[in-house]
Order: sequence, then structure tokens, then C-alpha cells
Amino acid sequence: MVKRIVSGAHYGLKDWLIQRVSAVVMALYTVFLTGFFLTQPLTFASWQGLFHSLPLRLFSLLFLFSVFIHAWVGMRDIFMDYVHPTVIRLALHVAVILALLAYAAWAVQILWSVQ
Amino acid sequence: MPRSRPVYLNLLKIRLPLPGVVSIMHRASGALLFLLLPLLLYALQLSLASEQGYAEVQAWFRQPLAKLFLIGVIWGYLHHFCMGLRYLALDFDIGVDLPQARFSARLVLAVSMAATVLIGVWLW
Repeated sequence: MVKRIVSGAHYGLKDWLIQRVSAVVMALYTVFLTGFFLTQPLTFASWQGLFHSLPLRLFSLLFLFSVFIHAWVGMRDIFMDYVHPTVIRLALHVAVILALLAYAAWAVQILWSVQ
Repeated sequence: MPRSRPVYLNLLKIRLPLPGVVSIMHRASGALLFLLLPLLLYALQLSLASEQGYAEVQAWFRQPLAKLFLIGVIWGYLHHFCMGLRYLALDFDIGVDLPQARFSARLVLAVSMAATVLIGVWLW
């Protein structure tokens, strides 16, 4: 059966943009990290040292936040396509949002507890 | 007009064209990466917390099954990454015509698989 899912207006363009901006941030970070793996010997000291400076902590946090917001838009699109009962779909949306918020707090804790 | 139409969806009979195949793989890899987030964050935390934690994460990935799993995750990430670049190009009207779209779909598959093999060899 084909039914329209009622949803709020005006969120489409914003999310389209969020998905692309977060993708570009993640792509830049991926290139940077690949450069690190290709040029530095991978040891505990070099790995931990990577996250010492504030700019790199912030870049890493920006990457992880981009992952989380990108995951939200992606998972929401998947649920809108495949999960049609409204109650289940909304429950899944809430579960994903809460999980991602917890991950975001966790990410801050991980990065800022590097000695 | 009837309010609801019947839809014929036999997944075994649907033959997706290549751009459709890489597209559904983009979706599947994205969902997989989402589900693995807690595990990846935990590995990051452990590896950064202490010398012992770092050694523990290293020890996980010395096991062949864990290595295969990691290579699978890397393939998922690289496929999603390459498809993302393809979509960004499409946004700029690059490669929209069918022959180019088919070629870029092939390119995404080839590049992400080749890079995965290279990283896999390096890891093993």
C-alpha cells in the first residue's frame, strides 16, 4: 500500500544541507587521519599524542558530532522508508536521538580525558 | 481513483541496475556503521585511556575473526565514503547522465574494494 506520511514542512532543505556539510567535515577528517596513519608509526604514544592539542581535539569532536548528526538524518530516512506504523517509527526516532545524544556526551568525555 | 494501490514487491525478482546496487549498499553500510557506533567509541576510549587499554584493543584485532570483522567495517566505511563523494558530485551536476552514472557506480565499487584490499593486506 502506498500512503503518505504526514510530516512537518520545511525540514527537507535544512537536512539536505546538514547531510552534505557533515559529510564534507567527515571527509576532511578522514583524509587527515589517513595522512597520519601513512606518515606516523602507530604506537600508543603517537596515537595519544594526536589528541593532545586543543585544535585536534576540537577537529575530532567536530568529526564525531558530524557522524552523529549525519547518522540521525540517515537513520530517520531509513525509518521513514521502511517503518510505516507511526508509533513504532516515532519510538525508533526517539531511541536513535537519545542514543546519539548519549554518544555525543561520551565523545566529549573520551576526548577530554586524554592525559 | 482507489485510495490504496497494490504494490508488487518480490525482492528476489527485482533486478537493480548497478547505480541502484551501490545505492542500497550505501544505505546498508550507513545503517551498519550506526549500529557499530557504541563499539567503535568504546574502542576509541580504551585505546586512548592507557597503555594497557591500547594494548588490549591491539590484542582484539590480532585475532583473525576480529581482523576480518574490522576489514568488513573498513569496507563499509570506504564504500559509504566513496558513494558520498559520488553524491556530492551529482549535486554539482557532475556525472548525472546515465553512462557516466553507471561508470561512477562501477568506480565506487572498484575504488572502495581496492582500498579495502590494500588496508586488509597492511593489517594482516
